[in-house]
Amino acid sequence: MSNGYRRNRWLLIACGVVIGGSLACSSRAPSDRARAVTVKGSDTMVILGQRFAEIYMQKHPGAVIQVTGGGSGTGIAALINGTTDIAQSSRPIKPEEAERVKAKFGVEVIETPVALDGLAVYVHESNPVEELSLAQLKAIYTGRVTNWKEVGGPDLPIVLYSRENNSGTYVYFKEHVLENADFAPATQTLPGTAAVINAVAKDPKAIGYGGIAYGRGIKALKVKKDATAPGIAPTVENVLSGRYPISRQLYFYTVGKPNNPVARDFIRWVLSPEGQAVVKDVGYYPLPEEKRQEVARHWERDS
Amino acid sequence: MRRGARGDDRQRLWADRWARRIILALSLTAIATIILIFIFIFREALPILTDPTIQQEASLRHLFHPMGGPDLASRYMWQPIALVPKYSLVPLILGTLKTTLVALLIAAPLAIAAALYTSEFAPARIREAIKPAIELLAGIPSVVLGFFALIVMATWMQQLFGFETRLNAITAGAALALALIPIIYTVSEDALNAVPHSLREASLALGATRWQTATRVVLPAASPGIFASLVLGFGRAVGETMIVLMASGNAAITSWRFTDSVRTLAATIAAELGEVVFGSPHYHVLFFIGALLFVVTFIVNSVGIYIIHRVQHRLRGGL
Repeated sequence: MSNGYRRNRWLLIACGVVIGGSLACSSRAPSDRARAVTVKGSDTMVILGQRFAEIYMQKHPGAVIQVTGGGSGTGIAALINGTTDIAQSSRPIKPEEAERVKAKFGVEVIETPVALDGLAVYVHESNPVEELSLAQLKAIYTGRVTNWKEVGGPDLPIVLYSRENNSGTYVYFKEHVLENADFAPATQTLPGTAAVINAVAKDPKAIGYGGIAYGRGIKALKVKKDATAPGIAPTVENVLSGRYPISRQLYFYTVGKPNNPVARDFIRWVLSPEGQAVVKDVGYYPLPEEKRQEVARHWERDS
Repeated sequence: MRRGARGDDRQRLWADRWARRIILALSLTAIATIILIFIFIFREALPILTDPTIQQEASLRHLFHPMGGPDLASRYMWQPIALVPKYSLVPLILGTLKTTLVALLIAAPLAIAAALYTSEFAPARIREAIKPAIELLAGIPSVVLGFFALIVMATWMQQLFGFETRLNAITAGAALALALIPIIYTVSEDALNAVPHSLREASLALGATRWQTATRVVLPAASPGIFASLVLGFGRAVGETMIVLMASGNAAITSWRFTDSVRTLAATIAAELGEVVFGSPHYHVLFFIGALLFVVTFIVNSVGIYIIHRVQHRLRGGL
């Protein structure tokens, strides 16, 4: 009799330990990590963010900035949950995400572009095709064009490579090249631009896309805005001038202006000419000077 | 003196009782953890069945019924990030079954033959080398197997068979087979070893050769255990994530061709859960897939373990 009671009690305690432990973990407040600024989000931007943090911390001893990846959506989710100060994102925030921030904190989310990135379209280096228009890219990726000879190449089927649908790169390509049409079901998705490049480099029938910063060792196509426009190569000058048709902004998102003065100062520094020089080092494109001044002005005042 | 001894006993009993309680608590923690995970997954999957706003986009109908479309591939589509999200699980289930079938077809003959060889024919010295080597295969992290398949195996197999797409169900299944071989081998070998020696001796005494004894006496006697090894292998193949995520191409195509790229249920969760909008229909669909995998692997593994226990019981208790 008493044995049965004891057994039950132990079961209760064991369950209690597990439940209590999991609660304690989930309710750990971010304010415990005193003054450390956390930056989380886009995998495309993680190297950029780490370089920002490294150089900023060298110049400001005592400041601690932690940068982690996970993906644009992960960063924004962390912002909504209050577990990061700054979310890095390679896509604009979705309206429903911005609403959740507003609902939770009562403050508007602030969008700060910090750099430009261009998406390159790659083919195997033996592929004779040199340029494609946006309409041709759309036709290829939606599965209407399935053979290279239809776009001026050899008589070979086209093998499509894409990023996973969780990446900002995927969303950007879908919105700006596919105009929100669905990818062909045969599109193979790979984790990371490096994996896409690896696959394209091994397959003469392949086409893939990804950041220009990664684009080494395979052939990047020139892209035409429409059938009659000239083909534009994905180079620094063409992205900066806005002539290259597939370029995008990379963002920091914050809940209002962060209370943490280090976070505010860090963002100000990223928008300074010194911070923008880092962007170039990493292989992305700094904001055009006019745009930079406009965004930086927004952060000059503290309120 | 007797009193002292009794005090000693009491102290030992006390320590014994506490040790037992602590061990009990620890083992109950494991059970509690499984139950909590179970509850969590099913709670997150439930809105698919109950919440009307979620059901507008993702009800069971959306997950399993065909949509309008000219061919098979467009009737069942998985396109969760789209203006009109499409959440058909059919291509994912088909993809999972395709890779699993290929993996079992490759792994089962190899592993069972190896088990038969080491238990019936191999001299002790060779057995001592083969057994740990195959079991070592189980220790290779699946991400390493996946990477090997992605970079090396896929190229070999494309050159060998001339696949149109480099990453496909056969490549992924072959890579998956590497993970299944140690499971099927270990369980089959145990089953073969559990066959009583008296059976072998009787067979040999009646003039049967070793080959006849192995194939007509030992193998049939161990067949329930070998079946169990295949069932456990199936469970592992269905739930395995990293290998297929890397080697399958992850294209959700509804087709019967094994040379097409496939996207499996487990790989879909791994690829998409990190970025999904919390609380959205897509989020709940991913948990629904998780619940589905949980139930399938739970049933399959339970059946496998049940068979193993019955076989052991039967062999121990005589025929």
